[in-house]
Amino acid sequence: MSVDVSIRKVLRSGDRHFELDVTFASSHRRIVLFGHSGAGKSQTLRAMAGLLTPDAGHVRVDGATLFDASAGVNLPPRERGVGYVFQDYALFPHLTVAQNIGFALERGWLNPRRRARGERVRRWIDMFELGPVAESHPSRISGGQRQRVALARALVAEPRLVLLDEPFAALDPALRARMRSELRALQARLDLQMLVITHDPADVEALDGHTIELRDGRVVTAPPIRLQEPL
Amino acid sequence: MDPLWVPLALTLKVALWATAINLVLGVAVAFGLSRWRSHMREVVDSVLTLPLVLPPTVLGYYLLVLLGRRGTFGAWLDRLGIELVFTWQGAVIASTLVAFPLVQKAARAAFEAVDPQLEDAARVLGLGRAATFFRVSLPLASRGITAGALLAFARAMGEFGATLMIAGNLPGRTQTLSVAIYAAVQAGDDRSAGVIVAVTSIVCVVALLLAGWLAPDHLRKTRP
Repeated sequence: MSVDVSIRKVLRSGDRHFELDVTFASSHRRIVLFGHSGAGKSQTLRAMAGLLTPDAGHVRVDGATLFDASAGVNLPPRERGVGYVFQDYALFPHLTVAQNIGFALERGWLNPRRRARGERVRRWIDMFELGPVAESHPSRISGGQRQRVALARALVAEPRLVLLDEPFAALDPALRARMRSELRALQARLDLQMLVITHDPADVEALDGHTIELRDGRVVTAPPIRLQEPL
Repeated sequence: MDPLWVPLALTLKVALWATAINLVLGVAVAFGLSRWRSHMREVVDSVLTLPLVLPPTVLGYYLLVLLGRRGTFGAWLDRLGIELVFTWQGAVIASTLVAFPLVQKAARAAFEAVDPQLEDAARVLGLGRAATFFRVSLPLASRGITAGALLAFARAMGEFGATLMIAGNLPGRTQTLSVAIYAAVQAGDDRSAGVIVAVTSIVCVVALLLAGWLAPDHLRKTRP
């Protein structure tokens, strides 16, 4: 499992101007992109998922080229095999929990039906203990459940890499600690590479992965922060 | 005078066709405009809003010039054997044009209110642009679109000026309820006018209630 990213992109919004120039490579199972808000973490993630097209550079995952400006390769998001958990989860408000989880398994123009629930959807509902709320809409469930639905929805298609954008920021502190260990336990069970972005040093410590720090759109070239395994 | 159901059926046919065409055309244009990044966007939007501000007779006159046998487009249609002036299809075009901005504006506002992150999520989850539209954008905008379609239907039901200009007042063929009311009053037939007015009012109220009942209520429940 490896991730090899080198992207450049000039972003303009009104009179604001931001230059993203991020290069990193890692074969660690947990990569943590750490930095303050506005450092370019989310834009890096969007570029990896195919939601943002860089001006130059490449994105490779497990040796597969997802984007390469010089070779003219730019796979659309749906062909990248990359899972994405959005910061506020971006659950579909018009679909139930079960429909949200099964979303990626249905590629046509119709959403999964309310009652029909395939074996894979059921497995994820059971794994995340979402059975009691499977028929509920996302606005009716708790923050922790929402995060689990977002994770299950991203993982059901069995991506080779899952990108998580501030996965704990929307949770209250008590729940945050529990979900951090839940995420690590999940990874221990699944053969999965994760790239987590966070602004919270506590996340960096708890996730204990290969930490890459971003500042003003660039990787900070300092020796990687090594933190002790928390118990 | 024809039995009442003749102009009533014609009016419903014209209004339903106009609403259906606008549901496709108005929604497509609205989605395009809501995703188009150009400063020409508001100019195009203003031009598309013209049917709302121009007097219906002016619109009717434009249609007549354009679609009449001596009009540029009309001559071409004539060679294909298609005739729109003084036909119910002409009335559909008049009603469609007049009601278009109502659907377009409501749908555009609804599409612009959809969180773009939800569309990003759908694309990352493996959907192409068309599937994302039908599975995420359209259902989330459906309430606004339904409201716009209801207004368009009511507007098409009551269309008078442009319809009279292009479709005329041929009882049984192009005489809609609104035109029939005018004809009855002109002929001094107050009884007929009163009956048609009452029927038109009832149809509009029923349409209003029906639309409220048809609105997807699961969205109403889940929106915070």
